[in-house]
Amino acid sequence: MSAFIVKFKNIKWKRYTNYIGISLVLLVFTVLTLADSLPQSTLFLLEKIGISIILSISLGLVVGFLGELSLGHAGFMCIGAYIGGKTAELLSDVGVEGIFALLISVVVGALTAAVFGFIVGLPALRLKGDYLAIVTLAFCEIVKTAFENSSKESFGGPMGLRTPRFDKHYLFIIIFSFILVCLAVMQNLIRSKHGRAITAIRDNEIAARATGINVTKYKLLAFIISAAFAGVAGVMYSFANSTVAASAFDYNYSIEILVMVVLGGMGNITGGIISATVITFLNVKLTTMLTGDNAVLKDLVYALILVLIVIYNNAPALKYVRERYNIRALTDKIFKKRSDVSYDTDDEGKWDRVPTKIKMDELLSVDVVVRESVIDPDKEGKE
Amino acid sequence: MEFLLTLINGVSLGGIYAMIALGYTMVYGIAKMLNFAHGDIIMVGGYSIFVFAATSFGTLPPWVSLLFAVLMAVIICALLGFGVEKLAYKPLRGASPLAVLITAIGVSSFLQSLAQVFFGSAAKFVQFPDLGSLSLGELTVSYSTLITLISTVIVMLALTLFVKLTKTGRAMLAVSEDREAAQLMGVNINFIISITFIIGSSLAALAGLFSLMNVPFIKPTFGSLPGIKAFTAAVIGGIGSIPGAMLGGILLGVVECFSNSVPTLAPYTNAIEFAILIIILIVKPTGILGKKRREKV
Repeated sequence: MSAFIVKFKNIKWKRYTNYIGISLVLLVFTVLTLADSLPQSTLFLLEKIGISIILSISLGLVVGFLGELSLGHAGFMCIGAYIGGKTAELLSDVGVEGIFALLISVVVGALTAAVFGFIVGLPALRLKGDYLAIVTLAFCEIVKTAFENSSKESFGGPMGLRTPRFDKHYLFIIIFSFILVCLAVMQNLIRSKHGRAITAIRDNEIAARATGINVTKYKLLAFIISAAFAGVAGVMYSFANSTVAASAFDYNYSIEILVMVVLGGMGNITGGIISATVITFLNVKLTTMLTGDNAVLKDLVYALILVLIVIYNNAPALKYVRERYNIRALTDKIFKKRSDVSYDTDDEGKWDRVPTKIKMDELLSVDVVVRESVIDPDKEGKE
Repeated sequence: MEFLLTLINGVSLGGIYAMIALGYTMVYGIAKMLNFAHGDIIMVGGYSIFVFAATSFGTLPPWVSLLFAVLMAVIICALLGFGVEKLAYKPLRGASPLAVLITAIGVSSFLQSLAQVFFGSAAKFVQFPDLGSLSLGELTVSYSTLITLISTVIVMLALTLFVKLTKTGRAMLAVSEDREAAQLMGVNINFIISITFIIGSSLAALAGLFSLMNVPFIKPTFGSLPGIKAFTAAVIGGIGSIPGAMLGGILLGVVECFSNSVPTLAPYTNAIEFAILIIILIVKPTGILGKKRREKV
């Protein structure tokens, strides 16, 4: 018995907070929906939040851990939604419906999105920073245009694809189960040797290559996994809505996902989950609260909050205020921890805490400054 | 003849893109940030023209009222660009570029929703004096296209001369080359960044005018698509390079007009433009005129 207690105490709980949190939410709401006490609006909200969380975690792999800026995540989601919706439609024609149809659609949608993730990952091998960002944005627009101009029989054309719907009461359970799958893949990937390789590429690509990391392979791997989960989110979207219209997946949507990742903290999965929840909740609530003439105020408030939060979180001048008054410092004070050692784990590598020689702004921009070193074998070759 | 007309229209549209792209590229070169709110400055310029042209149209002669509206639009946009930089971007100088990018996105959506609050989301018609068109044999070119073309050429010449010959312009080049070294040489960084935003935003106001002359309707998302296209143009030409932005803009405009003139390709115009971007970047990762800098650990 005592051995069991020791074992229990030694579990690194931090590693499981995400699973426990999501499972608790899932459990509570499953009980509530079985008791039939959840209104439609809450179910809708839960579905939206679940989809946002999957998107935020999956984009977090590319932006937070691989360090590449992607503005086309909605494109992968669009592919997942259309392909998944179409698969479900074809399956219902041959009589397969319900959970099996959903699972098959998820597999097909995720695989198709993964293939496109591979295709988008290819230019990522040659391009950096903003150049890659515009390519992903371009990809998203191309996908959108292609689906918009499809024929009515294939993908519904500009009116969108009508999709079979899943039982409204239980769809969120499936979405949250997929969040758990997504979490299991991401967290274990990040902690594995492959994940270390991916973060090493983020911190310093040249050094990573020099230590024998196969940069090509790992960059593609990150893009493929990220795209596959965006595809899963897309399939969920197609089951949650009666029609899938390509116009919903414009670059504004990609940017909304990026905002979730950045506000959650780069390379921080828990942060991504929290910010996805808060942002989606705010979005839905503001939409329902502000109706009629006030509806236009929603975007205004949202934009204002966004700018203020980003400035508060990042302005160098506010560093002192930030360190003094943040959630982490408060919780540390409650649990009487020393705040400087308690959270410095390596897999939550923040940009500013990871010791690198190339500064992050140089990595993300194209103009990496050429630093003249004393020993420069190529010096004669230049100008 | 059809070909020549499409070409002229394309170059004229490309001129508009180039003007917007210049704003992106200059801000990128000097402040090292992607100003996603740039497209919405065009929209603000368009609405200023809409308001001032409507109020002064009956009382003043048409040409004077148009010039007055354009002047006001340029002033408003310049002030807006200056203000946005000071309020939203300056506090983040030195922070991670992604934070600045998100702020720019926030500013963009703020400006759009502000326009929606004031003017509603429906498209508004903008009254312009009828300029007529010029006939050269079989070729009929509208004066608005010609004005766009000529103005683009003048603006680009002026900008090139400004950057090459004046002290401020050379300081801008120096800052884009190496900000810290420029500072040590006595260049006032804050002033240069402000000037960059003011020039970029004034060009956006002009671009707004010329877009309105082509299609005289304005709505809050008026600047989004031209903004994205111009950003694409700036990247095609090599972001940070002024001649690159001009080249990329004109290339994109010509492609767009030719693609739109073929009925089967017309729905796919946007996709074609973005595909060209991807192909060019795969062949030449820093854009056509972008400088390749070597990278070291």
